[in-house]
Amino acid sequence: MKFDVQALLNSLPYMGKGMLGIFIVTLAIILTVTILNAVTSKKK
Amino acid sequence: MDIILDLFAPIIEQMQADPILIVKQIVMWIIGGILIYLAIKKDMEPTLLLPMGFGAILVNLPGIETVGGETVAQNGAFHTLERLFNIGIENGELMPLILFIGIGAMIDFGPLLRNPKYMLFGAAAQFGIFFTLCLSSFVGFDLNDAASIAIIGAADGPTAIFVAQTLKSSYLAAIMVAAYSYMALVPLIQPAVIKICTTKKERLIRMDDSGAREVSKVTRILFPIVVTIIVGFVAPDAVSLIGFLMFGNLIRECGVLNSLSETAQKVLANLITIFLGITIAFQMKADEFLRWETLLIMGLGLFAFIFDTFGGIMIAKIMNLFLKKKINPMIGAAGISAFPMAGRVVNKMGLAEDNQNFLLMHAIGVNVSGQVASVIAGGLILSFLA
Repeated sequence: MKFDVQALLNSLPYMGKGMLGIFIVTLAIILTVTILNAVTSKKK
Repeated sequence: MDIILDLFAPIIEQMQADPILIVKQIVMWIIGGILIYLAIKKDMEPTLLLPMGFGAILVNLPGIETVGGETVAQNGAFHTLERLFNIGIENGELMPLILFIGIGAMIDFGPLLRNPKYMLFGAAAQFGIFFTLCLSSFVGFDLNDAASIAIIGAADGPTAIFVAQTLKSSYLAAIMVAAYSYMALVPLIQPAVIKICTTKKERLIRMDDSGAREVSKVTRILFPIVVTIIVGFVAPDAVSLIGFLMFGNLIRECGVLNSLSETAQKVLANLITIFLGITIAFQMKADEFLRWETLLIMGLGLFAFIFDTFGGIMIAKIMNLFLKKKINPMIGAAGISAFPMAGRVVNKMGLAEDNQNFLLMHAIGVNVSGQVASVIAGGLILSFLA
């Protein structure tokens, strides 16, 4: 096993982009579901 | 004597040609036996571990040798599994995709649709995947293999197969064994991590469902369509995964295809599961499976699971800093997918702390959000690397 610091540094942007991407998609889904609920649902 | 020699000719020839391979194959029989034992005796993901265990024995019978990097086999089962693998997994990843129709038909997104903010837990609980991607790169795996290993943290077998196969990882079998073994170990791994990351006071937080809206049929029908479109825009490589999952869910929710929904949930899912395990075992050839990287992958997979759980719990704690009605941070742990096991584990832990603390609906809501988020995470990884 060899430890490759450069590979670690190269992979960090993927972590940043991945987490950012997943939260953006998630927020888009939350927004859509909230709108759908507001338009179509009745309060219990 | 000649009859006996003829009878055992394949094994004798192989012992003469490559005695080390025979030892490795025997080790694989033992590994296969352990998988079968875990499936039957410990009830650990038996639908997959049992076929994989038997398949591991099947592809490691005598009569297989490697000549110039090419596998030459007299073992008939080897060729059959090879064909199944080529058709079902290598060319288009058909099996995991079809299985996703069944999984989609099984999932009730109702608890998530009632509390859409639960999607945030699913998103945060993918942290372990990306963290493990970095760690796997650090320990020497190339980026595609590192990403394929990291996706074990999705706690979602079909997604793990799809990503690892699309990225042409050479560690598919180890990744699959790790993914399904850890899914089976959720009831052991998660409680320990949850206890380390939360205080007793936090674990006692009760969550009520008052004020929640009823989810209309229109929302239930539009949800799978809208999610497919959103994910299709952001991560086109994941659109087949999310599309098949959501297609299954649409069949369930539309209300006019009950018979198809039932078939997808039971017959289709069972049929694919029978073939999936034994087909994946084709990758468990002694020469390819028995290497030190397999152990490393097991370790990294565990790491991904732990940090996914950690990510889900931490977002709940952060949200509690701003919310008036506090969230029990344990439900964040259910965001790792592993549906419905992670949700049940959280509910059980809640009841163990306080026998009137029913977290099941909240935990299942988070759990299904994890199912969607893990597919999105897989899709993003493919968008970056495929």
